[in-house]
Amino acid sequence: MEEPVQNVVATTPLPKPAALQQPRPPGAPVSDTLRAPVFDTKNVSIYYGSFLAVTDVSLTIYENEITAFIGPSGCGKTTVLRTLNRMNDLVPSARVEGDVNYRGVSVYGPDVSATAVRRRIGMVFQKPNPFPKSIYDNIAYGPRINGERKRTKLDEIVERSLRQAALWDEVKDRLNKSGLTLSGGQAQRLCIARTLAVEPDVVLMDEPCSALDPIATAAIEDLMREIKSRYTIVIVTHNMQQATRISDRTAFYSVLRDEKSDTRTGVLVEYDRTENIFQNPRDSRTQAYVTGRMG
Amino acid sequence: MAVTAEQPKVDLREPPSWRRTKNRIATALMVLALVLVMIPLGFVLYTVISKGASTISWSFLTSSIPPQVALANQGGIGPAVLGTIEITGLATLMAVPLGVLGAIYLNEYGGKGVLARLIGFMADVMTGVPSIVMGLFIFSIWVLHFGFSGLAGAFALGCLMLPIVIRSTDEMLKLVPDPLREASYALGATKARVTLTVVLPAAIGGIVSGALLAVARAAGETAPLLFTILTVTAANPNVFSGADTALPSQIFVNASSPYVGAQARAWGAALTLIAIAFILMIAARTVTARFTRYSR
Repeated sequence: MEEPVQNVVATTPLPKPAALQQPRPPGAPVSDTLRAPVFDTKNVSIYYGSFLAVTDVSLTIYENEITAFIGPSGCGKTTVLRTLNRMNDLVPSARVEGDVNYRGVSVYGPDVSATAVRRRIGMVFQKPNPFPKSIYDNIAYGPRINGERKRTKLDEIVERSLRQAALWDEVKDRLNKSGLTLSGGQAQRLCIARTLAVEPDVVLMDEPCSALDPIATAAIEDLMREIKSRYTIVIVTHNMQQATRISDRTAFYSVLRDEKSDTRTGVLVEYDRTENIFQNPRDSRTQAYVTGRMG
Repeated sequence: MAVTAEQPKVDLREPPSWRRTKNRIATALMVLALVLVMIPLGFVLYTVISKGASTISWSFLTSSIPPQVALANQGGIGPAVLGTIEITGLATLMAVPLGVLGAIYLNEYGGKGVLARLIGFMADVMTGVPSIVMGLFIFSIWVLHFGFSGLAGAFALGCLMLPIVIRSTDEMLKLVPDPLREASYALGATKARVTLTVVLPAAIGGIVSGALLAVARAAGETAPLLFTILTVTAANPNVFSGADTALPSQIFVNASSPYVGAQARAWGAALTLIAIAFILMIAARTVTARFTRYSR
């Protein structure tokens, strides 16, 4: 039952609505009516055991946009991100309440496989985590687990993914060297290339630049702008300049502290177009955060 | 303009202090510990080589075992070499796959469940079972019904190896960083895939080392063989039935014999056993070096 679906993902990119196949010309206004919602969450709360980590998250993430999650440490940005592709399933005590819909289907529905979800919704982590395998095998890993065996096809995917991640020129002569020999920025681009190799629909990025220097960060931001015409990107970042530089929409999370039990719970404070969040926020907490008076 | 007043000299030397003395004492203690460890090892090697080297020859390794009264330069230990290779090999085939699978269950699948904790606890208890008890165990459940055989010896050695393989593999799997597993899951891999293509390859070096320690330990065990293979002098190429022999038990029989020739053959057999363990170690290192070439 599962296998054929997976193979379809491996060989053909997911169909997108006809109106969206043309990338938006630079500078053209973002129109909500044109863009299809990719994620639609309603009243999502996430628990670790009995601890309520984040509550009341309702937002809609649109296709071919970059959506940034910002907020102080411990506000649950990463937790929400990891809920979108069910990575939190790997934490035994984690529990999700509310609706997380991906293209109209509940991600936590009864016969939904976490594996099938993750094949469409890839993830790049905070610390680069290349496999202890060759650069080539790192990229070919995803296509291989999706059943691609043909060497010529794999060669093509490896080159295409590394080019997309702006890493091809630096590594094309040493594809059989270990992925662990790369520098931090290169390793992170390798991890992005590895994610792109399975042609996901959505790429989730959890502070992908926090371990990188400004030059490597700029390279990755360029890369994100480059690929957003074909992917939907959700990025968690601590860097507000980064959010303003690259994102179309921004979600600001904050922490509610319960004085009595001394527990902290993350909440989604405000979600809007990035320029509104930074120039014209509706909530005073957002205002305080983006102007640097809090957090 | 840039002329400044002469700077006072900065003294960056370690001041004489108690800290410096402690450092020296600790270093001396560590060197002493190393020497103390090397003394018995060196002495064992020296004795075995000096007494056994003159006996070793190709015909010693391959000819049949003579009566104990035979002179030192007569006969050999061929059946015991064959028996050791067969019995240890069979035990390895039983214990290593089972132990590695068990450790994978403990670490990747069992989590903190009751079954996983029970298996982990049992493995620890099993490590502490004296090897002669293991021999008696196989004697009572197998040998009494099916008779002495190399297979029975392999069962006993396998039981000894199993907990070592489980524990060492478990430790190695624990060292595989979770971000690697997450990277694989995020690409849509199933748990079995993650285990087979990421976790095991990342830990393979340590797993092989641990398995080898278990093999080396089992190859040198005498007690569990006494009750399971009987230790005869006749060659028995069929490891699955009939009394058999192996190097450790042959050493035991020969060394406790009053005849000088038999004692010399015991030294030769001891050296052979050490050499087999040594060759195994080198072979395993070479193999794992190939597997782990991407992990640095």
